[in-house]
Amino acid sequence: MRHRFSHGVHPQQNKELTVDLPIQRVPFVGRYVLPLDQHLGAPAQATVNVGERVRRGQRIARPGGFVSTALHSPVTGKVMAIEPRRAPGGKFSPSIEIHADPFATQRLTPNPPIDWLSLTLEEFIHHIQWAGIVGLGGAAFPSHVKYSMPEGKKIEYLLINGAECEPYLTNDHRLMLERPDALLQGIAIVKRKLGAKRAIIGIETNKPGAIDTLRAQIKRIHKVDVMPLPVKYPQGAERMLIKAVFGYELPATKLPRDIGIAVNNVSSLVAIADYFGSGLPLIERIITVSGSGVTYPANLIVPIGTPLREVLRFCGGLREATKSVIMGGPMMGQPIGSLDIPIVKGTSGILAFTEKEASTTFELPCIRCGRCLAACPHFLNPSRLGRLAKARRFDEMRAYRLTDCVECGACSYACPSEIPLVQLIRTAKRESHQR
Amino acid sequence: MAENAPAVELRTSPHIRNASSVDQIMRNVVYALLPVCAFAVYQFGISALALILMTTLACVLTEQMFCWFSEKPGTINDNSAVVSGMLLGLTLPPGFPLWMAAVAGFIAIALGKVIFGGIGFNVFNPALVGRAFVQAAFPVAITTWTPAFAPGRFVEFIPSTWTFPFAAPAPVADWVKQTSLVIQETSPNVDAFTGATALALQKFQQVTTDVGDMFLGFSAGSAGETSALLILVCGGYLVFRKMLDWRIPAAVLLGAFVSAGFFFLLDAEQYPDPFFVLFSGGLMLGAVFMASDMVASPVTPVGIWVYGILIGFITVIIRLFGGLSEGVMYAILFGNAASPLIEAVTQPRVYGTGRQRKAES
Repeated sequence: MRHRFSHGVHPQQNKELTVDLPIQRVPFVGRYVLPLDQHLGAPAQATVNVGERVRRGQRIARPGGFVSTALHSPVTGKVMAIEPRRAPGGKFSPSIEIHADPFATQRLTPNPPIDWLSLTLEEFIHHIQWAGIVGLGGAAFPSHVKYSMPEGKKIEYLLINGAECEPYLTNDHRLMLERPDALLQGIAIVKRKLGAKRAIIGIETNKPGAIDTLRAQIKRIHKVDVMPLPVKYPQGAERMLIKAVFGYELPATKLPRDIGIAVNNVSSLVAIADYFGSGLPLIERIITVSGSGVTYPANLIVPIGTPLREVLRFCGGLREATKSVIMGGPMMGQPIGSLDIPIVKGTSGILAFTEKEASTTFELPCIRCGRCLAACPHFLNPSRLGRLAKARRFDEMRAYRLTDCVECGACSYACPSEIPLVQLIRTAKRESHQR
Repeated sequence: MAENAPAVELRTSPHIRNASSVDQIMRNVVYALLPVCAFAVYQFGISALALILMTTLACVLTEQMFCWFSEKPGTINDNSAVVSGMLLGLTLPPGFPLWMAAVAGFIAIALGKVIFGGIGFNVFNPALVGRAFVQAAFPVAITTWTPAFAPGRFVEFIPSTWTFPFAAPAPVADWVKQTSLVIQETSPNVDAFTGATALALQKFQQVTTDVGDMFLGFSAGSAGETSALLILVCGGYLVFRKMLDWRIPAAVLLGAFVSAGFFFLLDAEQYPDPFFVLFSGGLMLGAVFMASDMVASPVTPVGIWVYGILIGFITVIIRLFGGLSEGVMYAILFGNAASPLIEAVTQPRVYGTGRQRKAES
């Protein structure tokens, strides 16, 4: 039962820069900035005051609603400010700034494991929400929301996203290699609590080590499978992954949970395992630092809130020829204009590109070659959407299903005329919302 | 590090791009057309060479001229004018007067491309616009074919090639007769060449040319239309490099084959057999290199098939029932004109909608 999703693109992977580098821990630095809106949904609400001392792992903000999560201090130190700070994406967000205590050991007081077996589903969901766990693949969607089902519905399948289809990024790959036990523990917890029948880990075949490691570990566990997937971008997009694994095209109007599927990133499940194993809330994450502009590319465990500058300093700094710095993968990542921006929960990588990768482009007229149509995994017509966006005909764009676009960037990638199709569509989405 | 932080640029995602670009695509089309041109020169000699060079030069110069006039940056580097010029040359009879070829090249770019806004905006295939113009303006010259493999083809031009502008072209009938005699003397196995194309022979004299000869290219015709095999191989290269959508030629040929097959089954006496239709005249060149003009063809998956089959069908209708022996050019121009409409009604099914949802409920 081999399926695959249609269309998509095959960018050069460039994962060899970091794929063999073990995950290292970044030392603690002086200053941490934690935006309160670093997850999707309502911003968290600060529960500490300026000047207050906080311990590492202590909760500093509570969920601001149901679709919202808590936030915890990554270090022992002192709250220095609660005010707007530059966040990824460029805008200012209300943030908590914490200065680390230079004399603190930063050692976590080990908590006894949480007896997750005896928790009810509601309690489990509450735990996840208050542990600040979000989808670590990039979108930072609060995980507990995916587990909360309407009355009478149930999650049948747990789909674990180990595709890591973005080029350059190897953080999920390293995690699967180095902590397969934690991943399987996370799967076991969620599968048991949701009462899912099966769990399937989808991994692209360019990670044979991860596939073998997990397969070797899985034998003992019941109804967990590894499914190798042919390499193609955007494999890790939820709807594409469902199609690739189950051969089912999720209707545009439905969410995965409507058909009984919960899709989780591998890092999120490790975070869950860590939380229930040691009481460690989400205060750090694994990122890949790569690209030809980075002196020493690496896979790192970074405390949430560490400024980009410090992470790059740890990696030997940027090379002189660096043209652009990106937070996330090269296909969907955000450009970074200031190195004071902190690592947030949704940051999967930092890439620094020189002229080698980020060559200057000139936009030419569309020659209607149709490559964007052949690339779009949602079967949209990006060429037409782009043309309509330039003419600001947003209503017509909606008729062409503008809102179905997941902004994966495959169209822009494929375009030989270098038309910024996904950017045109993205801005059109925002603007048509505002009207 | 803060002191000498590099000047970074803010660019939106995706931050990496496919290496392929417009000029690379066009350059590869030029590469694919070169063997076809070479075969045309081999068949028809230096006249064909002069013809192709003239149309290409005319197209490129016209494009450059308009760039100067409009004070825009030059666009000839994208090679699209070269492609139009080569294609135009390949569709003309080998002895076509050079000054007429220059006019055709000028019209192709001026009225076929620049007037609509240059590359990416042409409604019709520019080369065919140029050809349609000279078909109307110089009906005699464009239907005067000369035999292939004339003995002195590499040393002497076909008499009509060097016609003085606006003068009547030198009659080639005597030359053709002379040449045919020589060919017959030297190789008696070869049928007498009259210079008439296989299509004209079939339509007006009910003489059928061997399909195998047409497939390999040993018959008379326009400079680059004669070897179906070579065109298919060159098109195959572009398909392999993913620079040509194989569905368009496939659809055109399918449309022509099925339409021709239908009439052949109706009355095998009156109508040619479908293989003859497939390999005769400009159908192969049109299907592979002309109908597939990216700009003037639909981009939607269903639209591509509709467009191609429509072209194949119209070609057959013109050939069988029209006053002309050849219909590919008008069929493609018609297909170009229809392609916005075809595209409008064949928008692709969006992921997770349509078919699937119906099946579910």
